[in-house]
Amino acid sequence: MNKAKKRVIPGFGLSMGVTLAILGLIVIIPLASLVLFTAQMDFSEIIEIITRKRVLASFYVSFITAFIASLINAVMGVILAWVLVRYDFPFKRVLDGMIELPFALPTAVAGIALTALTADTGAIGSFFEQFGIKIAYTRIGITVALIFIGIPFVVRSVQPVLEKLDYSYEEAAGVLGASKAKIFWKIIFPEIRPAIFTGFGLAFGRCIGEYGSVVFIAGNMPYETEITPLIIMSELQEYDYTSATAIALVMLLFSFAVLFAVNIVQARSTKILKGGNK
Amino acid sequence: MQENKKGSKAVKWILISICVIFVFFMLILPLITVITEALRSGWETYQKAVTDEYAIDAAGLTIEATVFAVLINTVFGIFASWAITKFPFRGKKLLTTIIDIPVTVSPIIAGLIFLLTFGRQSPIYPWLQDLGLQIVFAVPGIILATVFVTFPFISRELIPVMEAQGTEEEEAAALMGAGGFTIFRKITFPHIKWALLYGIVLCAARAMGEFGAVSVISGHLRGKTNTLPLHVEILFNEFQYVPAFAVSSLLVIMALIILIIRSIVEYRGKKA
Repeated sequence: MNKAKKRVIPGFGLSMGVTLAILGLIVIIPLASLVLFTAQMDFSEIIEIITRKRVLASFYVSFITAFIASLINAVMGVILAWVLVRYDFPFKRVLDGMIELPFALPTAVAGIALTALTADTGAIGSFFEQFGIKIAYTRIGITVALIFIGIPFVVRSVQPVLEKLDYSYEEAAGVLGASKAKIFWKIIFPEIRPAIFTGFGLAFGRCIGEYGSVVFIAGNMPYETEITPLIIMSELQEYDYTSATAIALVMLLFSFAVLFAVNIVQARSTKILKGGNK
Repeated sequence: MQENKKGSKAVKWILISICVIFVFFMLILPLITVITEALRSGWETYQKAVTDEYAIDAAGLTIEATVFAVLINTVFGIFASWAITKFPFRGKKLLTTIIDIPVTVSPIIAGLIFLLTFGRQSPIYPWLQDLGLQIVFAVPGIILATVFVTFPFISRELIPVMEAQGTEEEEAAALMGAGGFTIFRKITFPHIKWALLYGIVLCAARAMGEFGAVSVISGHLRGKTNTLPLHVEILFNEFQYVPAFAVSSLLVIMALIILIIRSIVEYRGKKA
């Protein structure tokens, strides 16, 4: 692609200029002000803030609920992608379209709808109530909201890979007498594994930072169901920008780490795809 | 094509059932809940809730922020993808990474950084005061936060399409003497129009529904800095469930329209 050519196409200066100007105003300056603000804080102060018991508890709640939700989405995502690619059935396109709903539906709306459904009086909540299981205002509720948010990620990253997968290997394995399960685990799964991981990582990153759908269903009990974004929010409402920034920093570093891991996996899998001779 | 044996037919229907049940409980049931809760006290209460003065103000601000987000990100998306895909330069990887940052950042943090940039403790705050510009807890802040959270939505759709198309056609046109704008309009644009439309739809959807970032920056002034999702929150927290769901139902309708447009655009894009 990047052959050293002379630039015959016009507009490099203009397009680059506009790009950098808007990028600077919207993204770089605001992020820089976060760095600037952090630079004014003492390191020991940051450590003190982020090791408060209530903050640590929120890290744990955010992490564990996002992790479980993304794990469930990874499994369901593969099944959904498989069904959508390999099978034909009535209303398949409706199902396919619905997958995108969490992207289109405002998170606050999803939040109050799920809360109404899973509260003691709701259709699902009252059913589980009989068994003594509470969903809304518990960590289960947070997980449910995060499952909703994360549904599209794994489906949409696995689907294109499954679509491109060559049938001939499966056929060959079938002719050689391999069982369906064996074909899936030995031939298909290794091919879609990087895509599953990418989808999982993206969903996980999104869930860690999710706020809108979770605040309503979480109940927001300190130590129990208080997620990290909510702690940042309540610090901000008390105009304690220092604490908010310190906690936000931890979240930022964590989500960059997740993104970095996803990028490494993606880079490796595109190398394999482009290498061709597998 | 694939040959299905009897056993795999059972597997097929089991898997389809799992998916349908999952999608029904996780996605469709919440939608139905919004509608039934909104209509619980009858049509008249519903009408009253959605034509409430505050609800209409909130809708106006939501539309305003969405329009700005779509416009700015469309301009950015076109210029950025043109620069990134048509020219070789150093630091391209870094540039695309920075463009993607906004979607990986928690909405709360997105709000926070604008608060730090333009709020009271910011070094430029006195200067903004002199100019009489109120950004935080005001409409400009809401617009900025909305633009931020939807920032890469359009460029991300355009870049792969323009990359796949290559640069040969544009080079030929340039060598024959066409100007930059003519090249874009006649050669590039027809290739990217579906991707662009798709990006705009995604951007509009997210902009309309943004909650966290806007919530941080708005200060929740009713009638002034309230968007539809924030209005829903206020109503819900005041235990006004029916109005909360009534306003939500408007957003559900918009979401469904967006989904329909999306599938049409995707279908057309695949055919083209």
